[in-house]
This record gives sequence, C-alpha cells and structure tokens, in this order.
Amino acid sequence: MSKTLFDKVWDAHVVRKIEGGPDVLFIDRHLIHEVTSPVAFLGLKSRGIKVLYPERTFATADHNTPTINQHLPVSDPLSANQLKALETNSNEYGISHWGLGHQKNGIVHVVGPEYGITQPGSTIVCGDSHTSTHGAFGAIAFGIGTSEVEMVLSTQCIMQPKPKKMRINVTGSLGRGVTPKDVALFIISKLTTSGATGYFVEYAGEVFEKMSMEGRMTVCNLSIEMGARGGMIAPDETTINYVKGREFSPKGEAWDRAMEYWKTLKTDEDAVFDKELTFDGSSIEPMITYGTNPGMGMGISNPIPDAEQVEGGVATYEKSLKYMGFSEGQTMVGKKVDYVFVGSCTNGRIEDFRAFASIVKGKKKAENVTAWLVPGSHIVEAQIKEEGLLDIFNEAGFTLRQPGCSACLAMNDDKIPAGKYAVSTSNRNFEGRQGPGARTMLASPLVAAAAAVTGVVTDPRTLIQ
Amino acid sequence: MAYDKFNILTSTAVPLPIENVDTDQLIPARFLKATERVGFGDNLFRDWRYNPDNTPKADFVLNNPVYSGKILVGGKNFGSGSSREHAAWAVYDYGFRCVVSSFFADIFRNNCLNIGVLPVQVSPEFLEKIFAAVFADPNTQLEVNLPEQTITLLATGDKESFDISSYKKDNMINGFDDIDYLQNIKSEIQEFALQLPL
Repeated sequence: MSKTLFDKVWDAHVVRKIEGGPDVLFIDRHLIHEVTSPVAFLGLKSRGIKVLYPERTFATADHNTPTINQHLPVSDPLSANQLKALETNSNEYGISHWGLGHQKNGIVHVVGPEYGITQPGSTIVCGDSHTSTHGAFGAIAFGIGTSEVEMVLSTQCIMQPKPKKMRINVTGSLGRGVTPKDVALFIISKLTTSGATGYFVEYAGEVFEKMSMEGRMTVCNLSIEMGARGGMIAPDETTINYVKGREFSPKGEAWDRAMEYWKTLKTDEDAVFDKELTFDGSSIEPMITYGTNPGMGMGISNPIPDAEQVEGGVATYEKSLKYMGFSEGQTMVGKKVDYVFVGSCTNGRIEDFRAFASIVKGKKKAENVTAWLVPGSHIVEAQIKEEGLLDIFNEAGFTLRQPGCSACLAMNDDKIPAGKYAVSTSNRNFEGRQGPGARTMLASPLVAAAAAVTGVVTDPRTLIQ
Repeated sequence: MAYDKFNILTSTAVPLPIENVDTDQLIPARFLKATERVGFGDNLFRDWRYNPDNTPKADFVLNNPVYSGKILVGGKNFGSGSSREHAAWAVYDYGFRCVVSSFFADIFRNNCLNIGVLPVQVSPEFLEKIFAAVFADPNTQLEVNLPEQTITLLATGDKESFDISSYKKDNMINGFDDIDYLQNIKSEIQEFALQLPL
C-alpha cells in the first residue's frame, strides 16, 4: 500500500497498537530543558524507576537563561533553582547536560540540528511545542507535556493516536523580500490557528525544495501555530549536506546505511492525504501580524481586516484589536515601533542574522527603538562574528546578546514593557507573551530590520537595493 | 502520577465565552519556574484575573462570586499554543475537573487527559446552549457522565454525547495513567528497540 513520508516514519516506530486507543510510539531522540522536565524527574523518583535509555536524551538550558553576563550567577533564585534541577537530574540519571556556560548550550531546537542529534526518519520529542522544528529533516517531531516527558524518560515511548495527514504545497518561487517566515505566516493566516489541529503536515513543492535547512526549520517550527502537531519535509540533497559530518551524525558504514534508508523517505506518488492545499508562492508578500494569535497576519501593506472578513467571533476579534491598540481598516506601515527582537527557535539561526544585516548595513538604528539580537546558539554567535555581521551590527548601533529563548516568552529579564510595540521574529503574539501588556507584531528578520532602522513598521522591499 | 478517578460529575459551571484561549493566558510563562507541581491554580488566567498591582479584576469571571463549579466552559480552540502541562495543572489545581468547548487544541487536550481533567468537546450549538443556560441561571447544573459519554443540562434534559477513546476512558474511570501501562510492556519495548531501521 502506498504511504506518505509521515506513514513511513510513524509505522517504523509503532511498538504496539492498542485497540480503541493510541499507538505506543518509540522515540529515537528526546530533548529536555529546565522548565518542563523537573516534575517528570520527580515522578520517576516517586515511582522508583530509572531512565531506560539515558543516551537517547539530551538536556540543554534555554527558556530561563539570561542573555547577558552568562558568566555571572543567575540572579533570579527561581530560575537558578530550575537550572540547577536540570543539572542535578541529568547527572543523577546519566543524561548529557549542556547547561549555561557549556559550549553546546543554546535553544534546544537550534542546537539539536547543529550537533546532528536531529536526523531524517527519526522520532523526536521535547516538552516544548516548537519541537516541530526538527520536521525540517524528515523526522516526526512534536511537543509533549510533562507526563509524556516522564513516559519517554522511563520507557522511551509515548502513547499517541496516529494523526490525520495534510499536505501543503507551495508552488513557484518567492518574490523579493519574502522569506520562509512569511511563507509560514501566510499559510497560518489562511488556515487560522486551529486549521490544522488533528493533522500532521507535509510541506511540498518548489518553494520548499529550493529552501535552505534554516528556512525549512522556520516553516516547520511554526506548524504548531496552525494547530498541527508537527510538519515535515522530505529529506533531499540539502538535508544530507546539512547533516553530514556533525558530531552525532552517523559515520562510516553507518552513514552509508543511513543514506540508503533516508533515500526511501518520501511520499509515494499515489499516497493519499486526508487534506491537501496548494498555494502560489509568488502571491506571498512580506507578512506581519496585527492581533493576538499568529493566524491574525496579513501582507504588510494591507489594511487590518474588518471583523466580518475573519473567521471566528466578533467579540474575540475586538478584544484582540483592543489589546493591540489597533482598529479595523488601519494600515500598519508607518506605525511606531518601540522594540525589535531577532531570535528564538523560529528565527535565531545564521541565515536570519544575515537577512537582518543585509538591511541594516550602512544604516543606523532608529533612536526610538530598543533592539535585542539574540543568537540561538554559540555556533550561531560564532558564525555572526566570523562572517563580519557583528561589525555591521555594531557600526549600525546594535549589540549582540548571548544565546537563549529570551524575549520570545520573556521568562528571563528580556521583557517588553506593558503597552509597548515590538516587531518580533519569534512565534507567538499572544497577550502578554513577551511580557505583561506587551504588544507583539510577528514578522521576518527583514521586516524586523526595516523597523529597527526606520523606527516604524516598514515594508522591507523599500529598503532592498 | 496517578490521579482521581472520574465517573459522573454533576456541577455548576464557569462560563468563559472567548475563542482561542491560549496557554499563555491559562498560565503565563513567568509562572513556570517551579520545580514541583504545586500552587499553579493561583496563577490560572493570571493576567485576565489580576491587575498589575495584584488586585482582582472585577469583570473577570473567576472573580465573580456568582459563578463557581468544577466545570470550565470555554470558547472554540481552547488551549492553543504551548505544550506546557502547567496549563492543565493550573486548571486542575484551581478545582476544575472538566473543560467543555466546541474545539480543543491537541496538546492541551492530551495533557488534560494525562492528569485527570476531562476535555468534553460539544457541538457549537450545544456550547451556545450551555453558555445561554449558565448566563441565565448561574446555578444551572451540568452532568458529565463519562461511562455513558454524555453531557446534560439537567434542568431541561438537553443532552449531547462526546467522544473519547475507550483506552483513555478506561484509564480515567480507573485512575490509571499511561506510565502504568508502559511499565508493563517494557521488555517488548526493549526488543523493539533492537530492530529499529537505524
């Protein structure tokens, strides 16, 4: 029987099917961080059970970590306690721990791929919804709750009903100034934040075939924002070239075997999806969000839609615009911006900083803007320096912070103050996400750069030479 | 961790007719710093419930003494966003044992089932009926019958059935969790691991 890419990877990992219930799914790689793991370890302790395969779990600290002065003790006692708990638990159970100050420390969804932990055809979970990022490699990767973290630690399995399958094709090519982030925000704006709930998505078509691994990770990362548990892209030359030679990638004969297997990881021609959608890549504009969920996005030059034009209740829509201080029909270009955040597991990779640099080069940061540039990892940080991007940033009046999740969810001190407007390359514009009362406009690194140098929402195409 | 058994729950309900209630509203990220599962109920809907100076916001439903009960009724796409189980813990710790909506986000629904909070998905029409009944009379009693898989407005007898897998239903009725199950098949898992493709 014909299978989709998703079927092939899922079926290869089903330990047992439960009648009238979920599948028992084997997990190849498990990533943990300080926020969603401590209670899982407490569960192990109270049951008196061990970690079954400690070599399959990797720990990094990212959600709580400061992004300046990382060599100093963490000042918030609660954060420090959580970071310490991750270290203690990892050591006690024999798990690799990449804590603050470790060379491999960084955002879990950035370092996983960088060190070759993320591989095609594997199943990967983490107590974080943006685990969908790793689907860019043709892996089945998704976020889980803490009870499931405990399941994976203790048995390397979770119990999941097999989701439905959706394929999203984006054909043709992208216009000038249009990035993978815009493709994702465009798709989410069409599907809404619940349009893919219950599905696992495969992205296909020329636009994704031509996309870099960094871009694919951005797209897959945002799958959860339309409700999908995850999204994936079939591995190809681009994938293989990225994975080859990384620390945890297969070597020698194992590499040859892996290559043979990975070649089979694509959807059969006559395989059937429960739902299939196709969009024209050339119709996508640089995007920006105007509301309080990632589905409330539009082409940057458009006016904010009227309540009648959007799906969902009018009261919820009006509540959202009121929080943002926007009104129906308003155009966002020219709107004053207070903060710019570049970073996160969505857009904290080297390509994102290259894009930012391409716009700010030779210009100056707008005086009214506070900008936080936060690399996703030490590797990204080093690349920024090696490629001369840091010089460009410094000359334009920007500084670089240290790796971490930072203002994406504002668990550390990087909080956008109440009422202030931020153009953010992160993944969620929920009320208070970037700090209580903060007003977030999600966009690409190019839109963020255009705002950072002009001080207002600006179409980046007007600044590209 | 094993949880309370769930059979038939009869209770008044707290209405929250807002769509896309996300996990950052259920429990803002700054309250995720605990290393134990305690006290999350105090911060359920923190920023909708309290002003920045920590005084309660009078117009939020949890601060309205007229509404109470073990059932939370929310708008479409309830629980979207993060995988933080803390959102479900906050719902549970506050005292809710059941959340009713016309649509749930996937991970939140799963997290609820894993900790003993029953997510009940009803039709948009039935959801409207519940909201109307509760707003008209906050003492309206709802019966959630897990063995029968029904939810009933007791005053009128209006009833709808809901879906749940027989495996999860059995777990909730008996207070079992998935780890109990997985622990029992550990040797099967270890054998399986030996024949993985890579």
